[in-house]
Amino acid sequence: MAVCIAVIAKENYPLYIRSVPTQNELKFHYTVHTSLDVVEEKISAVGKAMADQRELYLGLLYPTEDYKVYGYVTNSKVKFVIVVDSSNTSLRDNEIRSMFRKLHNSFTDVMCNPFYNPGDPIQSKAFDGIVSGMMVQPS
Amino acid sequence: MESLTLSDVEQKYYSDLFVYCDTDNTKKVASNGRVLDLFRAAQLPSEVVLQITELCGATRLGHFGRSQFYIALKLIAIAQSGLPLRVESLNSVKDLPLPRFVVGKNEAEARHAALYQDTDSQGLYSSSGSGVIPRPPGRGHQNKKGPPSSSSVPVHEVIQPLAPTIEPQPDSTSPVVSPHQSPPTSPHSWRKHKRQPSGGNTDRQPVVSAAGAVWTQFRETQTGPVSGDGMWSSHSPPPTVQESWVSFTADTPPSSALPAMHPSSVQESTTIRTVASAAMTNEIQRQSSGYDDPWKITDEQRQYYINQFKTIQPDLNGFIPGSAAKEFFTKSKLPILELSHIWELSDFDKDGALTLDEFCAAFHLVVARKNGYDLPEKLPESLMPKLIDLDDSAEVPEPTTDVGYSGSPVEVTPNKSPSMPSLNQTWPEMNQSNEQWETFSERSSSSQTLTQFDSNIAPADPDTAIVHPVPIRMTPSKIHMQEMELKRTGSDHNHPTSPLLAKPPELPEEAKLTASMKFVAANTGGDGYSSSDSFTSDQEPITRQRSQSGTSPEALKVVAPPPPPPRPHPSHSRSSSLDMNRTFAAGSATGQQQPATVAYPPAVPPRPLPTQTSGSHAGHRGEAEGVSGGGAVLTTTSPQQIPQQPNFADFSQFQAFAASEQPSSLPEVDKHSETGQVDKSSEGAGPLRTVKSDSQAEDRASATVSTAKGSSGPLAPPPKPVRRRLKSEDELRPEDEQHGPQKSNLIAAVLATQPSIPRSIGKDKKAIQASIRRNKETNTVLARLNSELQQQLKDLLEERISLEVQLEQLRPFSHL
Repeated sequence: MAVCIAVIAKENYPLYIRSVPTQNELKFHYTVHTSLDVVEEKISAVGKAMADQRELYLGLLYPTEDYKVYGYVTNSKVKFVIVVDSSNTSLRDNEIRSMFRKLHNSFTDVMCNPFYNPGDPIQSKAFDGIVSGMMVQPS
Repeated sequence: MESLTLSDVEQKYYSDLFVYCDTDNTKKVASNGRVLDLFRAAQLPSEVVLQITELCGATRLGHFGRSQFYIALKLIAIAQSGLPLRVESLNSVKDLPLPRFVVGKNEAEARHAALYQDTDSQGLYSSSGSGVIPRPPGRGHQNKKGPPSSSSVPVHEVIQPLAPTIEPQPDSTSPVVSPHQSPPTSPHSWRKHKRQPSGGNTDRQPVVSAAGAVWTQFRETQTGPVSGDGMWSSHSPPPTVQESWVSFTADTPPSSALPAMHPSSVQESTTIRTVASAAMTNEIQRQSSGYDDPWKITDEQRQYYINQFKTIQPDLNGFIPGSAAKEFFTKSKLPILELSHIWELSDFDKDGALTLDEFCAAFHLVVARKNGYDLPEKLPESLMPKLIDLDDSAEVPEPTTDVGYSGSPVEVTPNKSPSMPSLNQTWPEMNQSNEQWETFSERSSSSQTLTQFDSNIAPADPDTAIVHPVPIRMTPSKIHMQEMELKRTGSDHNHPTSPLLAKPPELPEEAKLTASMKFVAANTGGDGYSSSDSFTSDQEPITRQRSQSGTSPEALKVVAPPPPPPRPHPSHSRSSSLDMNRTFAAGSATGQQQPATVAYPPAVPPRPLPTQTSGSHAGHRGEAEGVSGGGAVLTTTSPQQIPQQPNFADFSQFQAFAASEQPSSLPEVDKHSETGQVDKSSEGAGPLRTVKSDSQAEDRASATVSTAKGSSGPLAPPPKPVRRRLKSEDELRPEDEQHGPQKSNLIAAVLATQPSIPRSIGKDKKAIQASIRRNKETNTVLARLNSELQQQLKDLLEERISLEVQLEQLRPFSHL
């Protein structure tokens, strides 16, 4: 159950960002923004073998006292960032991976839509639905 | 303001309209969209509308109060009826028809709201079906013409061009007005239902009121050619749609009826309405079947969609790529966001392309959206691919005119009342697509044609469930041939070719025979050939066969055809000699010397000859019998050899002579030598018999030679071929289950014959000695044969190992 989910384009501007509204969204936006540096660092680490060897799932980008940030990069340099609450310790790595996989799948569905111009903000309801399913339900 | 006296009907109508327009419920209607829509719907030129608003005082007040509104409405009615707009006429005009609005009004506000949600009122969609979208009454055509015909006032003519003027008025919410910029590409024909005849028809009133919330959009661009106009009727939620739609459709057909209704006075509007609704019951019933599901596509609609699909993609089973679909649906002037949503809903398989079903669903959704329906969150079931329900019960009688998407007004789709055979057409198409969806899996799952795997091959370990899938070789003999080839090539240097050559024919024959039998057995037999004794596992032969087959496909190809025929030729030196001997023997039983000399292959003859000459008569016979035994008998003398060969032929004579087990062996020999001579042959395979006979004959010949030599030193070389012979025989025998016992029988027969020889012949001592010698030599020969076989086995194993190593080396690379 994520607290914030963001999709960042290749040029590092957000295509989609959604947080649990109860909390300070700006904080999450900032967190996601700073996590981009970590993502860049990770994807530049694998030098030679470009996308072949590089794993799409980046794992825990960096933890803070409140939450953890996970990252995932597609082959087209579109980044997914998930922020989860640190208190939610039941989330295992596999679950995070599956969340990313779902995100990726629904992102590809959005891309398949001919009416979607890559680079536009994602306004797909299906995508929203998937994301909502993954977010912590606002209590 | 002048006082306004309204009739009851007018009062009611006006109040309805006011309520409708009074979205804010403030009892005063500002110049909001609804009012403007309404006025636009009146199909009055803007000047007239302005005039009306002025007259009613709204301009003064800045808004429409109820009274202003009522005045405005009345003025509209006046204007529509062609009377000059005068304040005085408000009350003076009697029997003024109710103001007509192009857009049919819903009696329920909810419907209004729903309709007005359609922000994008552009484009005309043919409501070609009796389903969600009510069929536009074909009256539109006449509607348009109505005014001119009925109007006698230039006002009406003014009305005509009103449409274009209305167009520029952007009204985001009005489904009434759809400034439809004709889309560039044409083939769309949208049905436009022009509800509103600008001509004053009282009959319209019932339509308007009865139809209720059938708002129509019309394409202003099409105002000119009426034929192209249809009435765009948006549908409301089913229950209301039913009524309104039904009434609507009922309107359309009897366009002639409408004029008939014309004379009905306003006061009778209610009655007319009821009459109209009564008349519509048929329609209702006809279309009610589809009304449970507002998303159902009727067959007419479906046919229309299919036609549209064809314009993009002629193959109905094909796909429309995303870009083409995007272009197409962009013409509908829906916002991209909504189109995107529609796409998400309709692209069921998320492949970026639309199949026919998906396209119809998308089209239907677009149509619905244009009609003001909200897009569903999830694809309705009826729109799901392969699940689209074709409502064939609906017979829409009217729509006479269709308006294409592109705005070419003249385009008329034949979506007429004749209930489309689209049902039949589309079902098969859908079924086809279904089948297509499914055949793939079926095809992929059926792998029978791909490879034939030998199901006979039992697991080498019955315990393991995994069995090496061994492709069935159609010609197992290949393997044998291959083995023989290997053997031959491998051991050519060791052994003279002649005996080897003799072997292949035997082997393939046996292999062929064994092929008829269990493959495994054949394998084992084939392997038995190459390594007779030590091979116990079945897997080895199999693997070896495979490896062999893998390594020497050429050999396989070479040996593919039944090898025996060609092979025996080189070896025919012996067999031919035998045959010749046979012939000779047949010719003269005694003239054996000559055949002997002629018959024997170069390698063998010289040596045995001298020894053979010493052969005894009895030995000769024993030899003969021994030979009949299958070559186990090695002791022969030349005379014995000679007679041996003729023994082949002459065994019948011997058979006559020998009354012992020879019959069991003799027949075999006879068969060998003279096919068909011996009848009793427990073995089934005739060719095998002949093979064996050849081998045995040759073996015998060689055996005799070797045995003859065996007694002397020179026997050493001959034993080689002899060994080969014997070995081949030994190997051949194991191949054939029958041969095994046969061999034993033969050997037994041989052994038996020997003791029987003295009996039969009487020269016991010599015969016994000869037989003893023979046996000894047989033993030695067999021992040598055994050792040679072992050697060959080792060689083959080494070969196999090397092949496996190669395979292993190659295998890792195959993983990459």
